[in-house]
Amino acid sequence: MSVEAAKMIGAGLACIALVGAGIGIGDLWGRYLEGALRNPGAAAGQTTNLLLGFALVEATGLYGLVIALIILFT
Amino acid sequence: MAMTMHPMEQFEVSMHGAPMFHVLGQPIYFSNQAVVMCAVVLVGALLLTVLVGKNRLVPTRGQSMAEMAYEFIGSMIDQTAGHAGYRFFPFVLAIFMFVLLSNYFGLIPGVFTITSQIAVNFALAILVVGTAVVVGVAKHGIRFLTLFVPKAPVLLLPLLIPIEIISFLTRPVSLSVRLFANMLAGHTMLNVFGGFVVALGAAGGILSVVSIGPMFMIIAVMALEFLVAFLQAYVFAMLTCIYLNEALHLHDHH
Repeated sequence: MSVEAAKMIGAGLACIALVGAGIGIGDLWGRYLEGALRNPGAAAGQTTNLLLGFALVEATGLYGLVIALIILFT
Repeated sequence: MAMTMHPMEQFEVSMHGAPMFHVLGQPIYFSNQAVVMCAVVLVGALLLTVLVGKNRLVPTRGQSMAEMAYEFIGSMIDQTAGHAGYRFFPFVLAIFMFVLLSNYFGLIPGVFTITSQIAVNFALAILVVGTAVVVGVAKHGIRFLTLFVPKAPVLLLPLLIPIEIISFLTRPVSLSVRLFANMLAGHTMLNVFGGFVVALGAAGGILSVVSIGPMFMIIAVMALEFLVAFLQAYVFAMLTCIYLNEALHLHDHH
């Protein structure tokens, strides 16, 4: 297998990181809704934590993208 | 196809003309990045000073916009770092406005996105973490090191302290890469969908009609990018506040 082909496969494999990000974001918003429907009064106060958690979870998926780019363009 | 561009082309820093000056033998250019950065700082400064300058009791649209930014950051600091954090209000506001306006400037078609450059983000992140360390050491002295000792059974400490230290040291990296990767991914996605529209539109016949599909997709993605642009600036400022809070109060709550 040539180096070029291996690079392409590696970049594709790096995108598996998105699985974790997808699970994480789904879980995050799902649990927020669950909590918000149980206690709607407390929901508004937790949007800060929700968005913070969202950004942190989303970033882990994007690290995979960065690794894919590093593999492809170096 | 002559119209298609490589989706990564938009992130290239171009340096035209002669270098302005040399630092340690390295030429310093006035790049397209520097142009946008100057515009961001200028617009940000004007927004926050001129618009609130008159200080009307019934605010104009512009004034209430600027006041919203002040109040937003004020409440953010209040929630995370408490009263002691207000000393860093100008710092956090400047960081927030710089990142926010950089992200929004980048969404104007054809304008360079400076937060898609890891160098810019890393400089900002180092500034944030460096400030936190300096503030912490200045306030607590050697006691600042207790930040790395979590409240846990003594037997677990040999395991936890290295983890705490590593997580502290990766903060500048995670802070900068988060913003960089978000901006890079979003703009690449916009470019790829834009390529679909151009390619389909140029194909002629029924395909030109179909190209309206990706066109609406771009509009939706653009709306998402506006949200992401704000969210990333928000998270950046939020984490700045959290780091400052840790430096100010160590493990105690404010």
